[in-house]
Amino acid sequence: MKLDINGQVHEVEVDPDMPLLWAIRDVVGLTGTKFGCGMAQCGACTVHQDGQPIRACITPVSAVEGTKITTIEGLAGKVAQAVQAAWTELDVPQCGYCQSGQVMAATALLTENPKPSDADIDAAMSGNLCRCATYQRIRAGIHEAAKSLV
Amino acid sequence: MTYIKAIRKPEPAILPEIARFKPSRRQFLVGATAAGAGLAVSFRVPGARAEGGEPNPFNGYVAISPDNKVTILSAHMDMGQGCYHGIATLVAEELEADWNQLVVEGGAGNPKLYGNVAWGGVAQGTGGSSAMFSSFDRYRKAGAIARTMLVNAAAKQWNVPAAEIKAEKGVLSHASGKRATFGEMADAAAQEAVPAEVTLKSPGDWKVIGAEDFRRLDSGLKATGRQVFTIDVKLPGMLTAMVAHPPLFGATVKSFDAADAKAVQGVVDVVQISRGIAVVAENTWAAMKGREALKVEWDDSKAEKRGSAQLMQEYLAAAEQPGDAVTANRGDAETALQGAAEVIEATYQFPYLAHAALEPLDAVAHKNGDVLEIWGGHQMPDLYQAVAAQIAEVAPDKVKLNVMKTGGGFGRRAVTDADIVVEAVETAKAIGWKAPVKVLWTREDDMRGGRYRPMFVHKVKVGLDADGRILGWHHRQVGQSILIGTPFEAMLVKDGVDATSVEGVNDSPYAIDNFRSEIVNAKVGVPVLWWRSVGHTHTAYVMETMIDEVARASGRDAVDLRRELLKDHPRHLAVLNLAAEKAGWGTELPEGKARGIAVHESFGTVVAEVAEIALNAQGGFKVERVVCAVDCGIAINPDQVRAQMEGGIGFGLGAVLHEELTLTDGRVDQANYDAYLPLRIDEMPKVETYIAPSTATPSGVGEPGVPPVGPAVANALAAATQKRVRILPIAKGLSA
Repeated sequence: MKLDINGQVHEVEVDPDMPLLWAIRDVVGLTGTKFGCGMAQCGACTVHQDGQPIRACITPVSAVEGTKITTIEGLAGKVAQAVQAAWTELDVPQCGYCQSGQVMAATALLTENPKPSDADIDAAMSGNLCRCATYQRIRAGIHEAAKSLV
Repeated sequence: MTYIKAIRKPEPAILPEIARFKPSRRQFLVGATAAGAGLAVSFRVPGARAEGGEPNPFNGYVAISPDNKVTILSAHMDMGQGCYHGIATLVAEELEADWNQLVVEGGAGNPKLYGNVAWGGVAQGTGGSSAMFSSFDRYRKAGAIARTMLVNAAAKQWNVPAAEIKAEKGVLSHASGKRATFGEMADAAAQEAVPAEVTLKSPGDWKVIGAEDFRRLDSGLKATGRQVFTIDVKLPGMLTAMVAHPPLFGATVKSFDAADAKAVQGVVDVVQISRGIAVVAENTWAAMKGREALKVEWDDSKAEKRGSAQLMQEYLAAAEQPGDAVTANRGDAETALQGAAEVIEATYQFPYLAHAALEPLDAVAHKNGDVLEIWGGHQMPDLYQAVAAQIAEVAPDKVKLNVMKTGGGFGRRAVTDADIVVEAVETAKAIGWKAPVKVLWTREDDMRGGRYRPMFVHKVKVGLDADGRILGWHHRQVGQSILIGTPFEAMLVKDGVDATSVEGVNDSPYAIDNFRSEIVNAKVGVPVLWWRSVGHTHTAYVMETMIDEVARASGRDAVDLRRELLKDHPRHLAVLNLAAEKAGWGTELPEGKARGIAVHESFGTVVAEVAEIALNAQGGFKVERVVCAVDCGIAINPDQVRAQMEGGIGFGLGAVLHEELTLTDGRVDQANYDAYLPLRIDEMPKVETYIAPSTATPSGVGEPGVPPVGPAVANALAAATQKRVRILPIAKGLSA
């Protein structure tokens, strides 16, 4: 099976049912994408499939063949850089475990909607759980990134 | 974040090394070692070296290498609360290091250096919001010692008086034009005598402590997925294991059939360990599938089979009977209540709560030669080292602990039986140490694995005189003790009273002349544990909503009454007034909005919070704003104080709104985040934090933001609806 991850094609021999998350982490060896729930409830495993955020923990590896997967390691471009700069400047992360997923989701949001309101942010980000509850800074970070992109 | 107030008498069987140690906090011995290359600074409390010899130079506080890197080894584990940032701040202040040359790593394996000062220095551990208190002197001192040695080395090399040398942003310089980086001077500095005395800066000279302009060293790593957690540890040939645990607490393995599990592609081995059956595989997915295929027959003859509803009925009945122990007794509460004009009586019910940290429990064990190495969120390293050494049958100093940052914790990683470490080491041993083993729990394992915030019932009677003044207060609690039945019972439970059950009630600051509190220690087979702010999670709710009821019953303003009852507690008064002022307490709010206030001290920090809620058309409400005032002594990192208040408020709010873990016939009903419901971003209020100025020794901020939010919200709800919620979470209490 061929997996296109971060622009690089990986030939992997895995059970086609294996969730993309474990193929990325255990087989390809990229560990920025995190395991939190295994049932698309927390968003820690968020990656982009052809630019759209998906949950890698419930996506079988067979379902992504022929598509382009981007993980936190391969995230690039102006929007992503703005998000990551804002995250660092505002000290958004606490434990940081959910933050790969938060950054992937925030980047996808800002790519679609360059000027999100608090309500837009809440709607787009409510699938990404942060047990440290650094939500106030996630909102602020998205606004900050939006501002810097103008 | 755990809570151990004072370890008076260490348990010899568990902590043999620590048991011999008599702490004395005031004096320090100082030692520095030339550690291969560069300078390493460590110092210890005297008395500790008797049997231990020289401390391992790599287990010091600060090391400066010729490549100009300053490595700080932290005595405290960072589970997100930012203690690495705080400790880096303390060292940088005195060392005069450049912020960008700092690296913080976890230190372990040397209780003499890393023993928690708040616990008398006897054991290393992170908890009770004590990291800054414990670190404040020794990490500043380590920085000052290293700077002094660098300066002295430069003075010798340049042949100028040490007093003329300036150390700034990682560079030593002299008016003559001589200049060297710390790294360039590190080897020479290591040859210098260790100063017997160093003078620490006075607060007026601080440039880093209290400053706003230094960002966390790990924010960039965490924003880009580069922070390595235990789950990310990769070792050559490493195998991954999933453990099948008993479905009931207290059940054990009767028999198992591994044939189907072994038939799963990628499964390498299936082994029995003390805590269940481990399925060992080449990758996580194979381990999961293998475990699913495993057949285990459990012996549940000794298991806890009661459900939480039944337990609650038993607790409610017990609350009507005298307690097992009296936890506080002043005056004569019972007589005072008999003479009261009005008695407010209330019974509160609190559910089990799960920590539900996002990184599930995990640990990696690898025995290489005679050294056992363990990666994990080692929150009580000395204990884990001792336990692992016993399992591996090696000396404790052959167990090397790598303290990883963890994806949350909230208390779950500080366990007296070293659970996840035991699973990793036993599994690695059971496969003959043939490969490194990572044990990983799933979300379901974590949710159903026990160690919850205990269920509690509080029954309170408050007697008022005809003018509404408090005559007497009678308080009874029913719930499981966290410490009874653990190795810490002998040291920390006194006369049947576990302080972690009653903290916040028995030491209430309110001026009440006739006050009696009792505890019933429920015996239940569901394992319980400290959960961010521990006993304060329920005691603050009860105390602060009852005071609010008294205010309402006596026609008093909730802030005014508190001011009167706290008149001898200036720190409480200051944050109460600060929060009230900033929140606009007493000013009009639009229809459908209301405010509530609460003030509570935990772990030496006093926090007041004002919650502002808005009712909605569906009969529900939203917490829109929380104004928080905190006195944590000197705020080492003001922005991290704010971050912890924001996070603590969100964490506490989720619990009070809708977190609840229930059991049916002994089985946990919730398994994942679809049923157990922490706060999400759409429920997060706007939080404003104000830090009360202070010159006192720092206390902590990891936990104290949590307790006031629940009662502040409940008081706001009562103001808006006249409904008093006494069954938690509020989602359940409102529909009861």
